[in-house]
Amino acid sequence: MQQVGTLVISRLTFREAARRKILLGALLLGITFLVVYGLGIYFIQQDLAKHGQNLQRVVAVPIYNFLVLSGLYVVNFLTLALTVLTSVDTISGEIDSGTIHTLAAKPIHRWEIVIGKWLGFAAMLTIYLVLMAGGVIGLTRLITGYTLPNVPRGLALMWLNELLLLDVTLLGGTQLSTLANGVLVFAAYGVAFIGGWIEQIGAFLGNQTTVVIGILASLLMPSEALWKRAAFEMRTVLADAVGPNPFISTLSVPSLMMVGYAVLYAAVALTLVVWNFGRRDL
Amino acid sequence: MPSRGTGITRGRWSWPTRWSKPTSGWALKTAPGPLALGQLLLLYIMDIMDAVPAIDVQHLRKEFGGKVAVADLTLTVERGEVFGFLGPNGAGKTTSIKMLLGLIGPTAGKGQVLGVPLGVPRGREKIGFLPEHFRFHDWLKADEFLQLHADLYRMPRAVSRRRIPELLDLVGLCEHADKKLHTFSKGMLQRIGLAQALLNEPALVLLDEPTSGLDPVGRRLVRDIIRDLRERGTTVFLNSHLLSEVEITCDRVAFIKKGEVIYTSALQSLVEGELTVQIRAHRPDGMDGMRWEGVLAGLERWSTNVRVDGEHIALTLLGEADLPAINRYLVERGAQVYALTPQKLSLEDLFIQIVGTEGGL
Repeated sequence: MQQVGTLVISRLTFREAARRKILLGALLLGITFLVVYGLGIYFIQQDLAKHGQNLQRVVAVPIYNFLVLSGLYVVNFLTLALTVLTSVDTISGEIDSGTIHTLAAKPIHRWEIVIGKWLGFAAMLTIYLVLMAGGVIGLTRLITGYTLPNVPRGLALMWLNELLLLDVTLLGGTQLSTLANGVLVFAAYGVAFIGGWIEQIGAFLGNQTTVVIGILASLLMPSEALWKRAAFEMRTVLADAVGPNPFISTLSVPSLMMVGYAVLYAAVALTLVVWNFGRRDL
Repeated sequence: MPSRGTGITRGRWSWPTRWSKPTSGWALKTAPGPLALGQLLLLYIMDIMDAVPAIDVQHLRKEFGGKVAVADLTLTVERGEVFGFLGPNGAGKTTSIKMLLGLIGPTAGKGQVLGVPLGVPRGREKIGFLPEHFRFHDWLKADEFLQLHADLYRMPRAVSRRRIPELLDLVGLCEHADKKLHTFSKGMLQRIGLAQALLNEPALVLLDEPTSGLDPVGRRLVRDIIRDLRERGTTVFLNSHLLSEVEITCDRVAFIKKGEVIYTSALQSLVEGELTVQIRAHRPDGMDGMRWEGVLAGLERWSTNVRVDGEHIALTLLGEADLPAINRYLVERGAQVYALTPQKLSLEDLFIQIVGTEGGL
């Protein structure tokens, strides 16, 4: 069977990522997390079940929703860390070590290498995200019977967030050393994170300036905005009554325009990876 | 089959000779028409008939942030040649080879490899490449590694399944097919790297310092493989500073210094000329010292420079033609000749002469 370069490279990338201890660690950590999460939700459900049906509806649903979303927040972060840590040296590292030379000297285009790598990592993070998010949502459903609303839409936004970070990490890899790249991606994520919070607190206090600062931070790096939108989609309306919490923000919700911007951002970043790597001396 | 030194006698390829070259009747009898299509067709025909040189680059230049790595590289390597690319460290050999492979884009200049412009992936279909440091994806097993690279050559699985064991056998790694590369020694990595470079039955093999840091067995393997490639008519481009290797294997050499080819020649004509003969001969039994000295003085008819140190005699000759006569002369006078060794001017001497001693600094 004849193979195209992209598929060959993606398989290589996936296998390389899969054999790393980091993936094993992420999986073990994920399982530990799911066990803790399952136990927690089980005992909470036991406690709430002692009360009547009406209380169930008013109190339990917001609590379960809060728990699932906080669980998904952890999943979001674990997947993100896995994505960044596995892909951070895939381009810069291969250039430094020289393994890229035998690949790039083959009759394939440079973009086939980039897209192949992208597909390999995308496959890895998708599987991890689906397993972990499926675990959180499934365990909750199994134990409490609570069904999270808008799961496909919420997971799609989380997935987009991971892909965006993958693109940014790969982009850094075409320009920077592995270490500088890793530091920069996490710093950018930190900016987005704190920007998101400034925006929420600003909205809570009615301070327009801080909201603008938050939006600017999201424009710089839309990752936190995507999570906030995902959480907004999957929240229960009853949760609004509980007030602001770390995982769901209803005060200043990232708009669909921001989501569109994030899609564009990710697409441009990937295009730049292809372009940068295509003209780079190896 | 090309032989040593054919490169220099073959004319340098150029457009006019190309059009008129009588290769296959119908297309070439007429002068080139204005039709670009016809020219393209002709180019294609020439290409598949291997008429274009393996490497043909003009005025390639590469700067890295203002620092010149390759100043002006103009080079033609004919099909079937084993070409040695020599120069001190830092002369731009690796940068040049990377430009040929499209790994590095030239700042200026143009060229083609196997008839395809530099940097076009299709041009690499029939190229095999062994990089300098043999750094590969070392978590792969040897056969998986070859399978990966066969896939990158878009080799059908039916072909690669046959080809991979063949190559493992060629480089003597059959027993290690299912071992991971990170357990391999440097010599084994070089072997698997060579196998990788030969997977696609290449028309051109580029070897970047293939023997540096290897033991004699590894060097011998490279040499044998190059000889084998030469017999098949494969073009070999060998980057090296190990001159004794080049001396044994190459048809033609180019000396590069500060990113410029300063001398190109067939190796044969390069090392022809003046040579030194080391002779080890004993005075015949019963001959007295005076007569023996007379015999040795007689050698001066062939050489103006005869040095005698005990049983060791050294003479400088202008060519090898006189060697049989010298031998006969000594034997007829009863000398017991144990050795008669002509030593040509070594490539190393030439290298120093051409490139100078400051190279590499």
